[in-house]
Amino acid sequence: MCAAVKYNLRGPALIPRMKTRHRIYYITLFSIVLLGLIATGVFQFWPHSIESSNDWSVEKRSIRDVPVVRLPADSPIPERGDLSCRMHTCFHVYRCGFNPKNKIKVYIYSLKKYVDDSGVPVSNTISREYNELLTAISDSDYYTDDINRACLFVPSIDVLNQNALRIKETAQALAQLSRWDRGTNHLLFNMLPGGPPDYNTALDVPRDRALLAGGGFSTWTYRQGYDVSIPVYSPLSAEVDLPERGPGPRRYFLLSSQTALHPEYREELDALQARHGASVLVLEKCTNLSEGVPAVRKRCHRHQVFDYPQVLQEATFCMVLRGARLGQAVLSDVLRAGCVPVVIADSYILPFSEVLDWKRASVVVPEEKMSDVYSILQSIPQRQIEEMQRQKWGSVSNPLFLPLIPPQSQGFTAIVLTYDRVESLFRVITEVSKVPSLAKLLVVWNNQNKNPPEDSLWPKIRVPLKVVRTAENKLSNRFFPYDEIETEAVLAIDDDIIMLTSDELQFGYEVWREFPDRLVGYPGRLHLWDHEMNKWKYESEWTNEVSMVLTGAAFYHKYFNYLYTYKMPGDIKSWVDAHMNCEDIAMNFLVANVTGKAVIKVTPRKKFKCPECTAIDGLSLDQTHMVERSECINKFASVFGTMPLKVVEHRADPVLYKDDFPEKLKSFPNIGSL
Amino acid sequence: MQAKKRYFILLSAGSCLALLFYFGGLQFRASRSHSRRGEHSGRNGLHHPSPDHFWPRFPDALRPFVPWDQLENEDSTVHISPRQKRDANSSIYKGKKCRMESCFDFTLCKKNGFKVYVYPQQKGEKIAESYQNILAAIEGSRFYTSDPSQACLFVLSLDTLDRDQLSPQYVHNLRSKVQSLHLWNNGRNHLIFNLYSGTWPDYTEDVGFDIGQAMLAKASISTENFRPNFDVSIPLFSKDHPRTGGERGFLKFNTIPPLRKYMLVFKGKRYLTGIGSDTRNALYHVHNGEDVLLLTTCKHGKDWQKHKDSRCDRDNTEYEKYDYREMLHNATFCLVPRGRRLGSFRFLEALQAACVPVMLSNGWELPFSEVINWNQAAVIGDERLLLQIPSTIRSIHQDKILALRQQTQFLWEAYFSSVEKIVLTTLEIIQDRIFKHISRNSLIWNKHPGGLFVLPQYSSYLGDFPYYYANLGLKPPSKFTAVIHAVTPLVSQSQPVLKLLVAAAKSQYCAQIIVLWNCDKPLPAKHRWPATAVPVIVIEGENKVMSSRFLPYDNIVTDAVLSLDEDTVLSTTEVDFAFTVWQSFPERIVGYPARSHFWDNSKERWGYTSKWTNDYSMVLTGAAIYHKYYHYLYTHYLPASLKNMVDQLANCEDILMNFLVSAVTKLPPIKVTQKKQYKETMMGQTSRASRWADPDHFAQRQSCMNTFASWFGYMPLIHSQMRLDPVLFKDQVSILRKKYRDIERL
Repeated sequence: MCAAVKYNLRGPALIPRMKTRHRIYYITLFSIVLLGLIATGVFQFWPHSIESSNDWSVEKRSIRDVPVVRLPADSPIPERGDLSCRMHTCFHVYRCGFNPKNKIKVYIYSLKKYVDDSGVPVSNTISREYNELLTAISDSDYYTDDINRACLFVPSIDVLNQNALRIKETAQALAQLSRWDRGTNHLLFNMLPGGPPDYNTALDVPRDRALLAGGGFSTWTYRQGYDVSIPVYSPLSAEVDLPERGPGPRRYFLLSSQTALHPEYREELDALQARHGASVLVLEKCTNLSEGVPAVRKRCHRHQVFDYPQVLQEATFCMVLRGARLGQAVLSDVLRAGCVPVVIADSYILPFSEVLDWKRASVVVPEEKMSDVYSILQSIPQRQIEEMQRQKWGSVSNPLFLPLIPPQSQGFTAIVLTYDRVESLFRVITEVSKVPSLAKLLVVWNNQNKNPPEDSLWPKIRVPLKVVRTAENKLSNRFFPYDEIETEAVLAIDDDIIMLTSDELQFGYEVWREFPDRLVGYPGRLHLWDHEMNKWKYESEWTNEVSMVLTGAAFYHKYFNYLYTYKMPGDIKSWVDAHMNCEDIAMNFLVANVTGKAVIKVTPRKKFKCPECTAIDGLSLDQTHMVERSECINKFASVFGTMPLKVVEHRADPVLYKDDFPEKLKSFPNIGSL
Repeated sequence: MQAKKRYFILLSAGSCLALLFYFGGLQFRASRSHSRRGEHSGRNGLHHPSPDHFWPRFPDALRPFVPWDQLENEDSTVHISPRQKRDANSSIYKGKKCRMESCFDFTLCKKNGFKVYVYPQQKGEKIAESYQNILAAIEGSRFYTSDPSQACLFVLSLDTLDRDQLSPQYVHNLRSKVQSLHLWNNGRNHLIFNLYSGTWPDYTEDVGFDIGQAMLAKASISTENFRPNFDVSIPLFSKDHPRTGGERGFLKFNTIPPLRKYMLVFKGKRYLTGIGSDTRNALYHVHNGEDVLLLTTCKHGKDWQKHKDSRCDRDNTEYEKYDYREMLHNATFCLVPRGRRLGSFRFLEALQAACVPVMLSNGWELPFSEVINWNQAAVIGDERLLLQIPSTIRSIHQDKILALRQQTQFLWEAYFSSVEKIVLTTLEIIQDRIFKHISRNSLIWNKHPGGLFVLPQYSSYLGDFPYYYANLGLKPPSKFTAVIHAVTPLVSQSQPVLKLLVAAAKSQYCAQIIVLWNCDKPLPAKHRWPATAVPVIVIEGENKVMSSRFLPYDNIVTDAVLSLDEDTVLSTTEVDFAFTVWQSFPERIVGYPARSHFWDNSKERWGYTSKWTNDYSMVLTGAAIYHKYYHYLYTHYLPASLKNMVDQLANCEDILMNFLVSAVTKLPPIKVTQKKQYKETMMGQTSRASRWADPDHFAQRQSCMNTFASWFGYMPLIHSQMRLDPVLFKDQVSILRKKYRDIERL
């Protein structure tokens, strides 16, 4: 009301602003309603994206100009809502044909004003909220103005509040919609169903097969997989800006803010307060407010006056008790205030329960146990309360999440990236070919100016050897998911890594089998925070810690090749190709970021012929290389928006490594030292 | 923007997240809409809608949908009290409208918790093998009670599985038999298992007797008949389904790209007429003979030839050409069309084979739908859209296929691979309903290790379990509690136990020491224990039995436990290093001395070895770090029979713990490096009462292994070939560079 007046005063110029004020709410609401339907499976795998477009050129017209439709007294009334309706029985799926755009299309009937035979309106033409909702749908990519292409039909007849409409006449209005057809594929939105004295938990307007997005469903009226439960919108919380409150203890442990509770509940609450004193706050309606103070915005406890909904932020838990209806607007206020709702309303279907896991954000207590509510809440660990207050779950979802140790029999594919060091390449091939589990060898020939050696010149090895020629000399070619890779395990190896023994490589493969979702490699490296420079630094010195393994010699899952090639965030891939450096660091970032896990360094090996090793070898070369590598880390950390690398202090050795035990009985006796 | 973000903290953030979880590739881009300003006109690329077609903007001041005082006025005029309302509900909503709140007596579960009673089997009553297995699973579970006065849930000993009148398994006169049970109480708090109901021609879902207020755990149940949060939908399983253990899933590799030889396969009967025939009759339209193989046969029933249609012969020939198992192993998706009934064996077969099920069974309430999110493991198709199925599944992103396939394996192994798992899942679902505020959330059910291994009674906070750190964005615990198992009296100040205590206490990660006094002699005086920087708590073991070392003592305040035998020799450095390793693998056992198991072909049983080998599958809990939750799981998950065996032998507790942890994680334990001065076994000869010196000791351990393996129904232990050492371990560099240099010193 207040808001309405305000907007009216300022006039149409502010319409766009008013729109953005609520638009996200309604876009989200509608999106989840659709998802509720999608969750039923019919559209499960249709590629879809939900987005809205802003539209500034639509017609502005007054609600007074809406055409009037007169409903004859004897016009047909739909059947009552059919409780047995399910998607496969009442939903016309062919209307939602698998169109090339892969979008479910939604049509909105144009707005009419319905009057009965004697000219008396059937309901308010349209409420502020329903208008917002329809605007959001109309702005979304789901919207179609072509009734023949529509999968879902949304009547513009406003049934949000059953109390504000005439049931029979509204039903008649629905029945005369041009595509009504028993309500098939029609979606109605209702937040306040039922009426006195029983307050049904679903809209009483006869609606036959129409789908219902309703607030306050009970388990007996909710048609699982057909209806969608939505929250009851609270105008109050939209009007007040509440500051963000982090998780942590609040002044009150438990708070009740509803004003018109049944005396039976009131008694229970008073008893709670009496038992637990100041940690429980039971608020009531204020009786002696001075003139002009809006009563809805105040709550009282004895003579103390509190601002509502601000006071909700002072409590850890807030009660949401059933009233006349199951769905209570206070739930929206409570959530918005970051208070953990304690829902005490038996048989209530919580909003969006098909897609939201309410157990992670609320406490549901049976009405019978209301007197135990305090001890139930007390038993919740503090850290869990904080988790509920946060209501967001930062998470890593490892694409290779199944604990699986692949059998040894498949073996691995070695990939050697080479340019023109043929002699060294051949040595690497010869050495690697001795590894028992090698299944195939792939040489990625990255030199466009020179042909690879003739077939006859290549070393003869016991496994297939394939040469792949690339179109451009790019480092990322090493990580392309070539079709020729037929094993899960890939060994990336530089064309100058000749010192690794067959035992070392075989052992590395065995370790990879135990950690198929990690990078398992030989040369280990570390990133460090440079306190002086305030940035990340790359470290190749002999440290006690490892956070990366170089892909000059590392095993990893072929999936990561796919990930590197197609899902590398930002401009990292082009950065790597442009700098001709850091592809290995990029791979380490990528894998750590997606799995949340550390690398595994295998065997003591630390010395390799690679540019940066020269520094260690005392040849004092290439300081610039180290600087560049540090730059890469900083660049990647900023692209990823986080530092995903994990530091560990261990490496993997064979069980009997360096044990005083006959070498010939060891599986991997020939493990080199440095 | 900030305020708006806050406003929809749950609706947007929560739901977006849920969306990401549930719908993978779905993108939600509402908030980015600003950048699209002005581009809308070409949104369809096809036509430019005139402004008139959009929902108009009304400059009018519209009224809110609810007058400000409506809700309050309504609430204050309610006359019926909440209690009356509840009573009214429970008297109205019976039979097909049963819900827990109207048909279940919660008070029976208040006193003794979730206890399940199985009626004694009556003489002369035949019980088919499947139902025997179900009853055995309940009787073997921790929920079982033989005392009906303790029970919260009742299960009949009358075989209700097959209610098809034409079936030889059909039990007659069930109605009167059930009515005569004096605990029946009109089915209140009873659970009835059923696999088949109805018969030809209409296959109704009626079980043929009045179930009163009993819950149904039923296969092939339809959404129309399913009473949400009251009934439990279970999978159809064959009489050969193993009672315990169960085969693992067939997936061995996550191949990339995740596509197999065939895109979609099915092989099964075709019904020419009657219920369920439509879909199978239409399958040939989609069969392409290449990567979509939908094969049906008419050859079933006695006189199929009489009814056969023109396609039968051709179909039958195609059908014979392919081997079902070969197809199953080589297909990305497996069609699961309804049969006469909604559920079919194809469902579990596909799940086990890591062949993503494509459900074509309209109205089937999928198994355990109350807790399992099937969108993560199956494609739920619509029989009416059969012809679109190939294009639908071809449009599924490969990343999604990879995830779906892994999820089939997780679900199969967590809930379906044995009758016991199916039964326990059913019971746990019901238990979660009864104790709502200590129940599992959707993440627990749908993520490894799954709901059967994660007991919410331990904690309602996910961060208290070792499995969800990454999901919650948490770091693993930073401190441990050393629990020293003391069995010999304290006589000298040079006793190893005191050295051990001091070494553990010196670790920078040590929060406290608990000495579990399992010795018959009285507790030593307080001053006999050395002074340490961390608190030392001595607790006297209950009954002084072996299993008491794994009790989840409240005194243990950290999530990590360093479990120690009194004669273990360890240095602080070794402890420090092992703990940093454990932080990387908090769900596993990380320890020092390791042991191995092997299959002894000659004796046809499992063998145990303590020899130095190139691999291991157990680490001894006389010196190991693991999560405190495993104390809880050991105590509350394992059956009394195994724990009693351990206590009687005073042996094998470590083997049992390794079995348990590997069964949960499906991974081997981790061995870390240790000093080598105690060569043969670290469990030294120092202690007089050393149980390791006993010649029977080894034989006992061997027989423990076989007893444990038979309870688990399979061998959960897994071998590892690696040991984790410090990065610079025994490297030829200056010892000063090394952080854990003491480990190398002799």
